[in-house]
Amino acid sequence: MGFPHPIHPKETPVLSQHFGEVEARSFDGWVNRGGYQGLRKALGMTREAIIEEVKGSGLRGRGGAGFPTGLKWSFMPKEVTRPHYLLCNADESEPGTFKDREIMRWTPHALIEGCAIASYAIGAVRCYIYIRGEFTDPLEVMAAAVEEAYAKGALGGNVFGSGKRIEMVIHRGAGAYICGEETAMMNSLEGKRGNPRIKPPFPAVAGLFGMPTTINNVETLAAVPHIMVRGAEWYKGLCLSNPKSTGTKLISICGHVQRPGNYEVTMGTPVKEILYDMAGGPRPGRTFKAVIPGGSSVPIMTAQEAEEALFDYEGIVAKGSMLGSAGMIVMDDTTDMVYQIWRLARFYAHESCAQCTQCREGTAWTARILERILSGKGKQEDFQLLLDLSENMTGKTICVLSDSCAAPVVSGIQKFRGEFEAYIAGAREPAMAAV
Amino acid sequence: MSVQPAGAHGAASERVPHQPVFVGANREKIDALFARYPTKAACLLPALWIVQEVRGWISEPSIGEVAKLLDLTPAYVKGVVTFYTMYHTHPVGRHFIQVCTTTPCNICGAEDVVRALLEASGCGELGATSPDGRFTVIEVECLGACGFATPILVDDDFIENVTPDKVPGILQRYP
Repeated sequence: MGFPHPIHPKETPVLSQHFGEVEARSFDGWVNRGGYQGLRKALGMTREAIIEEVKGSGLRGRGGAGFPTGLKWSFMPKEVTRPHYLLCNADESEPGTFKDREIMRWTPHALIEGCAIASYAIGAVRCYIYIRGEFTDPLEVMAAAVEEAYAKGALGGNVFGSGKRIEMVIHRGAGAYICGEETAMMNSLEGKRGNPRIKPPFPAVAGLFGMPTTINNVETLAAVPHIMVRGAEWYKGLCLSNPKSTGTKLISICGHVQRPGNYEVTMGTPVKEILYDMAGGPRPGRTFKAVIPGGSSVPIMTAQEAEEALFDYEGIVAKGSMLGSAGMIVMDDTTDMVYQIWRLARFYAHESCAQCTQCREGTAWTARILERILSGKGKQEDFQLLLDLSENMTGKTICVLSDSCAAPVVSGIQKFRGEFEAYIAGAREPAMAAV
Repeated sequence: MSVQPAGAHGAASERVPHQPVFVGANREKIDALFARYPTKAACLLPALWIVQEVRGWISEPSIGEVAKLLDLTPAYVKGVVTFYTMYHTHPVGRHFIQVCTTTPCNICGAEDVVRALLEASGCGELGATSPDGRFTVIEVECLGACGFATPILVDDDFIENVTPDKVPGILQRYP
């Protein structure tokens, strides 16, 4: 069906097939659409066999890092001597990304089923689904669905009569981008400030409450039931270019396109098809200038670079950026790149947890230097200052928030230097008052 | 199974002297939550949500009550409260409005929506409460609905595709 647009012929709807169908939200509605077959099948398999199947599918983490999911699960201790936890990352807050929200509000049982399968596979005593506090609709839908899943025996002490116990708890966040970082999320759920932790130890060794923990993104987990039902080979076959990138991926497209929304494509689809065929191309009379392909934390691409790229993990890297969360921010020729890069820096400055000096100081000063440029008081030296600052913010901190701030700044200066020069030279009206 | 409800903001005023929150039904609610987490401290975010739902904001006495309930210190609880943007540390208007102005919404005119909201609500400036006590408007970072720019949250109502011309009509729905 598709939401908010009908499914485009070039899409491969797997996860998004029932977006927009209100009936798909109920347990019965989901079962009528083939739901819970994956969980039933998984319950008849060994834990190891499930992990092997997921490994074989080539499924990689859809939250941004792209880590192989089956491999991640296999890091959990084989013997369950202490409580194991599954933590579902539903704290979607990467600017440009709004796919998990649609999965939760249209197909909540797809996520519950995926979480249930993963819980069983890793031997989890409980699954926590950490949903960002602002997602009021998905929270309501998910809470109702979990309650219904308990009532229908898909969760609880004896799932579908298998004798196996699967427990699930919805946990509401309270507004902090950084809690989408896996170790910050664990701290937050434990009732702490959402400060990321130093790794190692990795979550599979000492995660939530110090116990072995697996953290997966919503979209990753929602894909698991399909892999159970249709098999690893089928999923692996969904691939148009690099065999390391398999399956379908939801792309959130926003900004200056005619039809913003979520589109689900087979890995390897040309970005040009996504931008022009699915999203409808630029607004009338406009042309694309820049694309941030993977949420705001990845390097900015020029429109030309983006249009030449193939949409998968390797294809975007080949053109100088990263797939990230596949939140695609599209900017046309009306966009003031300096202003928008400043706005991103302000975002990171606001969201820095302030633990690491490079990030706390770096994000704030990046924003202030960009303000100086935007107010017409910039200097030529500011280029080097911003680049030096970015250098000190990359690879030097506990998590990658400060790296994420540096990425658009460095790529922005590299690719749109002329726009910065125009402000510095006074050739462009200041966009803000002097600070 | 239940979720911490996404309750209405500003339901109660702090002018009413502090009454304990975790009595009766709210005590039952938190006791049920204790069973779902291995530590009491993990119930801190849910407990703070309950406080805000009941009282509209999280005051010093409320922080003390939560600390006692969870065997934490008030300083620790305050540290957590102030880390998260959604907990109010001071009273806000009857209706609390959050507008996204991060880049994806920004390029789609979010700043015009902010101006329209500040004008129509009578708040005048960000963070201020309108003289009639009806609204508080704040700017927030990415609400995660970038394809539906500009999204706003009025209390717990998530409203998509807001444009300046729609603002007066939206506000009318919140007396």
